[in-house]
Amino acid sequence: MDRLKNLSRASKDNLITYAMVIVAFVVMQALASMHAISSSMIGLLVPITAYICLAISLNLVVGISGELSLGHAGFMSVGAFTGLVAAHILAPMVANDGLRLMLSMVVAGGFAALAGVLVGIPVMRLQGDYLAIVTLAFGEIIKNLLNNLYVGFDGALHFSMKDTTSLGMNGGKVLINGPQGAVGIDKLSTFTAGFLLVLFTLFVVTNLVDSRSGRAIMAVRDNRIAAESVGIDTTKYRLMAFVVAAALAGMAGALYAMNFSSIVPKKFDFNTSILILVFVVLGGMGNIRGGIISAALLTILPEKLRFIGDFRMLIYAVVLICVMLFSNNAAVRMAIDGLRERFTRKDDDAALADDVKGGGAHA
Amino acid sequence: MPRTEGTYKAQSERATGVTPQAEQAPQTQQEEPAHKGRQRTKMVAPPNNYLVPERDALLTPVLECRHLGIDFGGLKAVEDLNLMVGKTEIAGLIGPNGAGKTTVFNLLTKVYQPTRGTILLDGQDTAGMDTARVSREGIARTFQNIRLFDSLTVEDNVKIGLHNRVDCGMWSGIFRMPRYWLSEKEFHDRALELLDVFNMADNANDIAGSLPYGAQRRLEIVRALATGPKLLLLDEPAAGMNPVETEELMENIVKIRDDFQIAVLLIEHDMDLVMGICEGIVVLNFGKVIAKGTPEEIQANPQVVEAYLGKQD
Repeated sequence: MDRLKNLSRASKDNLITYAMVIVAFVVMQALASMHAISSSMIGLLVPITAYICLAISLNLVVGISGELSLGHAGFMSVGAFTGLVAAHILAPMVANDGLRLMLSMVVAGGFAALAGVLVGIPVMRLQGDYLAIVTLAFGEIIKNLLNNLYVGFDGALHFSMKDTTSLGMNGGKVLINGPQGAVGIDKLSTFTAGFLLVLFTLFVVTNLVDSRSGRAIMAVRDNRIAAESVGIDTTKYRLMAFVVAAALAGMAGALYAMNFSSIVPKKFDFNTSILILVFVVLGGMGNIRGGIISAALLTILPEKLRFIGDFRMLIYAVVLICVMLFSNNAAVRMAIDGLRERFTRKDDDAALADDVKGGGAHA
Repeated sequence: MPRTEGTYKAQSERATGVTPQAEQAPQTQQEEPAHKGRQRTKMVAPPNNYLVPERDALLTPVLECRHLGIDFGGLKAVEDLNLMVGKTEIAGLIGPNGAGKTTVFNLLTKVYQPTRGTILLDGQDTAGMDTARVSREGIARTFQNIRLFDSLTVEDNVKIGLHNRVDCGMWSGIFRMPRYWLSEKEFHDRALELLDVFNMADNANDIAGSLPYGAQRRLEIVRALATGPKLLLLDEPAAGMNPVETEELMENIVKIRDDFQIAVLLIEHDMDLVMGICEGIVVLNFGKVIAKGTPEEIQANPQVVEAYLGKQD
C-alpha cells in the first residue's frame, strides 16, 4: 500500500488505464462466451482494439508532441499490406497462428516506421497548419501508391506498378492486386491478439512519455524556443514521436487487415485519418484513457444507430457535436470538478493537473 | 586564438580607460634599416579595452565577442560589439529600451545568426552552431517573457534542463531497462538538489504554469543552471519582483556564481541590482556600446547619463 502511495500521479493514472483495459477485456470475453452480445458486436471487437491502438498512437503525435497529423491512416495502410504479405510468406514456416500474427505485426510496424521516417523528415521542417496539410497529402500519396501496387509471391516476391500480368509470376498467388486490394486473407486476428496489442501500445506510449525522451517531446510541445535553449534537438524528438506513432499505427493496421477476408487501399483514406483524430480530440488531447474510451464508444455508436437507417451518420455527427460542446462547457466542467472533489480526497495538485491536461471525457 | 600571458600583463598595466582609446598608433620610424629591404618597426600592444576582474585575468575568458553585429534589413540592431566576460565574473548589460540588449542575448544563443563578427565561448568559436549546440557547449539563458514548460511540473522542468547531463536512450526508456531506473534516480536527485538552491524543493510537484510570477522567474534560473552552463545569461531576472524578492535574488546570483564557479551576464533595469552585484558593466544604446567599466565609472559617465536621461542644456 505504501508503495502505491509513493507512485507519482502520472503512474497512478497509467495504472488505472491498464486496469480499465484489462477489466473491459475480461468482461467482453465473458459476455461473448455466454453469448450475451450480438454477433455484429463480436465482429466489432477486433476493429475496436485496432482503433484503440490507433487512437493511443495518434495521441502521441497530437497530444504529447503537439503536432496535428492528418495522415495517420496512411501508416495504418502501410502496416496493413506489409503485414498481409509477411503473414503469407511466413505461413509455411510458422505453424502457430498467434506467433505468425505477431511476427507479421513486427514486420508491419517496421515498414510503417520506415514510412514514418521518410514522411517525417520533410514534414518536420514544418509546423502548425502547414504540417497538418502536408501530412494529409502524404496520407493520400500512400493510399494512391498502394492503389497502383501489385505484389505476388511464388517463392519469391514480385512487384509491379502496372498490372498483375507484368508481375511475371510462376503460379503462386497475387497478394496485393492494385485497387482491388488483398483477397483471401488468413483471418489471424483475434480479440485476444487485439487486447495484447492494446496493452503493448499502451506500454510503449506511457513508458515513452514518462522518460527522458518523453519529457523532451513535451518540452518541445510546450515551448519550442525554451526547449532549444536547454539543448534539446527539437527535430529529433518531434520525429521520434512521429515515427513511434507510425510504427504503432502500422501494427494496428496489420491487426485490422487480418480481421477481414479482403481489404482495399481505399479503406485507409482521409476519412479514416479524421476518424482517428476525432477519437483523440473527443477523448482529450494528451489524455490516453479518454482516447481509448472515445475510440470504443464511437466505433460502437454507428452500429447501435443502425436501426434508424439512413439517418445514422447524421445522428452520429449530432452526437459528436453535442459531446464536444458539452465537455468543453465551463459550467459542466465546474460541476464535474465539484463532484470529483467531493468523491476524492482534497488534492489541489491533481485537480490542477487535470485542468491543464484539458481532458474532459474521463470524468 | 591563444593568448599569451604577456598580452594580459600589457592589458592590466594599461589605465582602465572607459572609452576606447587609440593608444599610440604603430609608428614606423625612419631610422636606418636593420636589414636591407626592411625598415625597423616599432612594435606595440594593440589597443584593447576589454575589462575582466583581476582574478580572471589569466584565465581564458568565458565569453569574447569581437565586432559582433546583426542587421535586420537596413537596421543595424547591434553594431560592432566587443565584449569580454571573465571566467567567474558577474557582468551587466544595460541600456535604454530598444538598445539591443535582448538581441545580444539572442545572438549569443544563436537564436539569430550574427551578420558579422565572432563569438568565442571559452575560447571556442561558436560559428555555425545552433541554439541547442550552444547550450550543450555551455551557454544557458532565461527569457524576458518567461518561457517555462507550463503544463509540466516544476521538477520535470528542471529534469528537462538536465536533459544533456544524464543519459537514457529511447529504447531504455520504453522497455524500462536498468539504465532507465538509474537515470531517473539521478534526474530526481539532481533536480531536487538544484531546486534547493532557491528553496523550491517543496514546490517540486506543482505545475510550473501555476506558480506565482516570481517563482516562475526563479524556476527559469534553476532550469538554466541545470544545463551545467559556463555562462548564465539572465534577461531581466528581477522584473516583476518586489524589493524583498530582488534582494534575495541578488544574494542568490552571487551564491550561484560562488558555488558553481560560473560567469553571469545579466540584463536588468533595476539599477539597485545592477550596481549592487555587477562587477563589470556594458552600456548599449542604439546597438552600440557607449560605455564599459565598473559600476562607479558607469554612474559617473556623462554619455550614460545622457542615454538614459537625455541631454541637459
